[in-house]
Amino acid sequence: MNKPVALAVAEIPADSDFDGAPATKVRGYWQSVGYRLRHDWVTLGFGVIVLLIVLAAVFAPLIAPFSPYAQSIIGRLKPFGWRGHPWGTDELGRDMMSRLIYGGRISLMMGLVPVVIATMIGGTLGVIGGFAGKVANTAIMRTMDVFYAFPSILLAVAISGAMGGGIVNGIISLSLVFTPAMCRVAETATAQVKNLDYIEAARASGAGTLTIIRHHVLGNVLGPVFIYASSLVSVSILLASGLSFLGLGVQPPEPDWGLMLSTLRQSLYVDPLGCALPGIAIFITSICFNLVSDGIRAAMDVRI
Amino acid sequence: MSATVQAKPYVDGRDRGGAAQPMLIAKELQRHFKVKGAGKGAVVRAVDGVSFTLFKGETLGVVGESGCGKSTLARVLLHLVLPDSGDLVFDGDTVGETRGISVADLRRQVQMVFQDSYSSLNPRMPVQDSVAFGPMVNGKSKAESRRIAQDILVKVGLRPDLFGPRYPHELSGGQKQRVNIARALAVGPRMVILDEAVSALDKSVEAQVLNLLRELKRTLNLTYLFISHDLNVVRYISDRVLVMYLGQVVELGPAADVFAKARHPYTQALLGSRLSMDSSKRIESPPIVGDPPSPINPPSGCRFRTRCPHAEAVCEAEMPTLGQWEDRSSHVAACHMTNAQSGHSLAGTA
Ligand SMILES: Nc1ncnc2c1ncn2[C@@H]1O[C@H](COP(=O)(O)OP(=O)(O)OP(=O)(O)O)[C@@H](O)[C@H]1O
Ligand SMILES: [Mg+2]
Repeated sequence: MNKPVALAVAEIPADSDFDGAPATKVRGYWQSVGYRLRHDWVTLGFGVIVLLIVLAAVFAPLIAPFSPYAQSIIGRLKPFGWRGHPWGTDELGRDMMSRLIYGGRISLMMGLVPVVIATMIGGTLGVIGGFAGKVANTAIMRTMDVFYAFPSILLAVAISGAMGGGIVNGIISLSLVFTPAMCRVAETATAQVKNLDYIEAARASGAGTLTIIRHHVLGNVLGPVFIYASSLVSVSILLASGLSFLGLGVQPPEPDWGLMLSTLRQSLYVDPLGCALPGIAIFITSICFNLVSDGIRAAMDVRI
Repeated sequence: MSATVQAKPYVDGRDRGGAAQPMLIAKELQRHFKVKGAGKGAVVRAVDGVSFTLFKGETLGVVGESGCGKSTLARVLLHLVLPDSGDLVFDGDTVGETRGISVADLRRQVQMVFQDSYSSLNPRMPVQDSVAFGPMVNGKSKAESRRIAQDILVKVGLRPDLFGPRYPHELSGGQKQRVNIARALAVGPRMVILDEAVSALDKSVEAQVLNLLRELKRTLNLTYLFISHDLNVVRYISDRVLVMYLGQVVELGPAADVFAKARHPYTQALLGSRLSMDSSKRIESPPIVGDPPSPINPPSGCRFRTRCPHAEAVCEAEMPTLGQWEDRSSHVAACHMTNAQSGHSLAGTA
């Protein structure tokens, strides 16, 4: 029977302004993420700490009371406040506070640079793998799986060990460690949108693969990739410190928290508080990054 | 040529064969999907030898149970899914042949509104950008594309200033489907495939969208392939109807004829299973019994015989054919009862 339909049609004129009525406030995705973040006091608080750490690292020459390299034979392992050294001195008489502030530079670099590199390489490979056909996907993802087979710390140690110490080699090895996981995240996100109708609709309107990726895939992949990358920063800081501690990362006399922890280790019984300082710095930095990343994740996890 | 979304003159500039030449001819289209875990070489016969003709300016309704291959057929028609075999002729040009029409050209003239209005819009894109995307990838400038999008949003009854900047999750189902229609029309197609375009909408919104579609068809001089499982809707909007069963066409004819006197027992059963408001019109024959057979191992001969009240030996032995149709008024069915020579005891009665 066509009666019901025909009736309903007759009752509602086609140009009814039914659809013109609701005038809710229009808020885009990123705007709503920003709104959520502004109202998340925990994330904001830890974000401020992260900001302070970053500022301290950037303006280290202005803030640090001493040179981080200036040694003093007589002033070794001195306590807090000794002769104007607010946090005392280390085993070579260098100012602890200055070394910690300068150490933040290296730690932040080691936290960010490998993650950025891994995000670019892994993200690109993942999007290609997710969007390409079965063969390319298998080739990319199985190669990544090989790296997956090793625990990340072991892999980092192995690569750094093989290439030798140093900041650059440390960055390379950490980038290699993070790339497979990043690739997997990007591939999963891509595969999820690949089969949605709007990709097919875009194809039907005549768009090529690259155009579709740029307009319809990247926007949906960026979110998960960014969330994952932000959670990797604290891991990267920790791993870099671990490498330095083992003598595979930053080399003396550079001020690096992991390296400081390693060299101060011998003085544990003489100056326990001084020994703990680099550890505390690592802890605070990584936990703040972690909590901020958690907050961002929560803010971005919107059902839309 | 001015902007593609402006009301066209009655004769389309891209028209090649004139009004008498069919818009689209499908010849023995076939698409099987490999299935995992159902034995080696097992396939789903999603589209299995489908032939039909779509005339210019008409609305051809496609009906059939869920899973009978309607959406796959739609995708094959746009070459979003490549057919295993068969030919597609668009306005006299064979699709994909060197001397015919390219797939890219086909997609400029044939557009589709997808079944799921939710997943067919990018959630991270304001809807005006989704609508403007088609013109943009077809070589229009950004400003021009945006203007086309605004025009077409007005045409589908959405105020561009109010709805254009919104994201899909900020729209109702009916509004989303209007955006989907706008997106399809923005490219300036001559033919639109509507895959369950109104199925997810409630009755009053459905009626609005159906009216809109009729209006658009008239002003933009469109040809529709209208897929639906709702017979009332198909009857309301279609000029002709195509009935599918397990990947095959079982009946094809003018809507009025098919609804008044269905020739295929499956169509009769479909019509019988319709909820009728009018008790005197309720059909006496039993509604369809049982589930549809698996499209992986369809029955031999006539695929409907396992559920058909008139099944006989000949139905098992031989697959009935649709027969020949000449024009818009031909009414054909793939049933042995329609063929006087078939040997069926009721041959020639349907
Ligand atoms: N990409 C695919 N791979 C494997 N099988 C598929 C694929 N697409 C569709 N099929 C199968 O083909 C058959 C027809 O599917 P199709 O989506 O065309 O049905 P439909 O008539 O549109 O159903 P509905 O009314 O529920 O939308 C189904 O059995 C389905 O499982
Ligand atoms: Mg379907």
